[in-house]
Amino acid sequence: MTKWYRENAPITADKLADELMRLKRGSITRRHFLGVTGLGLATAVLARQPGLFNSTAFAGDLGTQMSIATWPNYHDPATFEAFTAATGVAVEVNVFGSNEEMLAKLQAGGTGWDLFVPTNYTISTYAKLGLIDELDLSKLPNYDASTETARFTNEGIVDGKTYAVPKNWGTTGIAVNSSKIKTPVTSWKEFFDVAMTEADGRAMVHDYQLTTIGNALVSLGFSFNSVKPDELAKAEELLIKVKPHLYAINSDYQPSMRATDAWMTMCWTNDGAQLNRDMPEIQFLLGKDGGEIWSDFYAIPKSAANKAAGYALLNYLMTPENAVKEHVANGAPTTDSRVLKLLPAEVTSNKIVYPDEAALTPLEFGAAVTLTDPGRAELMARFKSA
Amino acid sequence: MNVRSNGPNFMQAAMNTKRNLVTAALVAPAAAWLCIFLVLPFIAMLVFAFGERAPEGGYQAAFTFAQFAKLPTRAAAFWNTLVLAPAGALLCLLVAYPVAYYLAVRANPRYRLILVSLVVVPFWTSLLVRTYAWMYILGSRGIPNLLAMIGIEDVRMLNTPGAVLLGIVYGYLPLMIMPIYVSLEKLDRRLLEASADLGARPVSTFFGVTLPLSLPGVMTGVALVTILLLGEYLIPQLLGGGKVFFIGNALVDLFLQSRNWPFGSAIAVTLVAVVVVVLMVAMRIAWKVAGTRQVDLV
Repeated sequence: MTKWYRENAPITADKLADELMRLKRGSITRRHFLGVTGLGLATAVLARQPGLFNSTAFAGDLGTQMSIATWPNYHDPATFEAFTAATGVAVEVNVFGSNEEMLAKLQAGGTGWDLFVPTNYTISTYAKLGLIDELDLSKLPNYDASTETARFTNEGIVDGKTYAVPKNWGTTGIAVNSSKIKTPVTSWKEFFDVAMTEADGRAMVHDYQLTTIGNALVSLGFSFNSVKPDELAKAEELLIKVKPHLYAINSDYQPSMRATDAWMTMCWTNDGAQLNRDMPEIQFLLGKDGGEIWSDFYAIPKSAANKAAGYALLNYLMTPENAVKEHVANGAPTTDSRVLKLLPAEVTSNKIVYPDEAALTPLEFGAAVTLTDPGRAELMARFKSA
Repeated sequence: MNVRSNGPNFMQAAMNTKRNLVTAALVAPAAAWLCIFLVLPFIAMLVFAFGERAPEGGYQAAFTFAQFAKLPTRAAAFWNTLVLAPAGALLCLLVAYPVAYYLAVRANPRYRLILVSLVVVPFWTSLLVRTYAWMYILGSRGIPNLLAMIGIEDVRMLNTPGAVLLGIVYGYLPLMIMPIYVSLEKLDRRLLEASADLGARPVSTFFGVTLPLSLPGVMTGVALVTILLLGEYLIPQLLGGGKVFFIGNALVDLFLQSRNWPFGSAIAVTLVAVVVVVLMVAMRIAWKVAGTRQVDLV
């Protein structure tokens, strides 16, 4: 296609006035306006001069909206509002209850997410399937790999390339409403026993193969990550036996626990901290027979439409000051020593959030094989439709 | 046609061609729509149903009946759907008929339009929001809390088949009321007077005249609600707590959790076959009941 001869020439005063009116009428987007008038480029160039504009961190065109996929009760809404106020980019939040659901959406295509929160064991598969970008760390000046705890962050790096940077770490334990359930629950074995007796009709398990099958395996003395058919068959037998006694199969259990519809649930650290903060009778404990320890990451889908905004929000969330506010609100422990230093003592001394090392010893990180294992996927689907 | 009947033949041929072209132009959008969004996806689904799950999930080409062999593992979901869908439709009918009768026969004609629109008003709010409201009404802080005040303790309503059935009746009621209302409204009042003049009591007039004449509407409503319910996902998910499982829920699970597209496709194909059979049986019954009268099923 040949170019119109004036295409690269500077915009005329008349044309600028025209485009400005179109923008004011709402006929064109801000993005289009900045593009055709050259103002976007000018702003970007000028913004590199320190002191000329204040919002240097967000130079360039971020558009007006972006979308993030994350987990229930995992962010402080104020964080996104502050980001929108600083950048003009509105953040749409999509909540998911399992990594498998996120993977399924990305495989099907057209998610519209610019940033999402996968868990440690999924990153290598996402990278292998080409569903996520290798991160351009130069766009994340607020991320500092040297202050991160390697134990929680190493799974974000695949073949020496950083595909994901850490959000929080945590555990999958048991939340019990102690004013309703008097039997002590200290292990996954007791969790399933009590679910069929004292907590009949009042216990919840996740709508998530990793933790629901994993904890059933642990209660039977097997590994959290087992994909052995005979062990999975025993876990299925247990789950099917428990199912009629359950209140619900749902990863968003906070509403039910708060309404005391449910008295006991599989529970992630951050939810445990939030529930215990607001309702002290709800206790959070780790299975002494095992369970999951996890770390969540931020990654950018290859299919993201607005990667610039994805990076901008990620960089914003990596700022220690912002991460501290998020931490205080959602209660998930940090992987970043810069954030740890800024935290108030009542957070760092909270045993739900930062348990003793000994309590973590029996826990296992999820293994990549569980994400794609057809046996586990089909077991979960059978359990739910039983 | 008759105007041109004695004119030259080519003129009539031209008329016919023009008429056919107009017909084709009018039908084309709907035909193209159905072809692109119904026929092609259905073919894709059929192809998928004979394939295999790829190692990381999704679809990989194969020709196997393995997916259909696994159908019995979803027997409970098929059973729930095939029992609760017609049960929901019949409950809807029991609730809807008196309402439709009142609106069409008894209500003051001056207020009829307002009353009919009141039936439709709930549709202005998303079913999702209205179903969430039921979660709070049926949850511990709702009706069970009120019952506890009068001494009936520990009643559980949410996440039971009963809650799902209630949600279904609530959500689908307007779809049942409207067709019955339409068929009752067309009812010739003189037939009712004739029946009374001939000595029939109101009850026998109802069963002998009103009900049979409104059967087309009843059949339409029952078929409409049953067919929609066979694909229901939202209400069992929210009011059944993931425990009362419909085929729709099994499908969502297979596509959005297990990523087993071939098995999901096999179930979807089976569901379509079941719906066709149900529809045919329903139509046959409708014809039998309504005699030779035409039944305007969906």
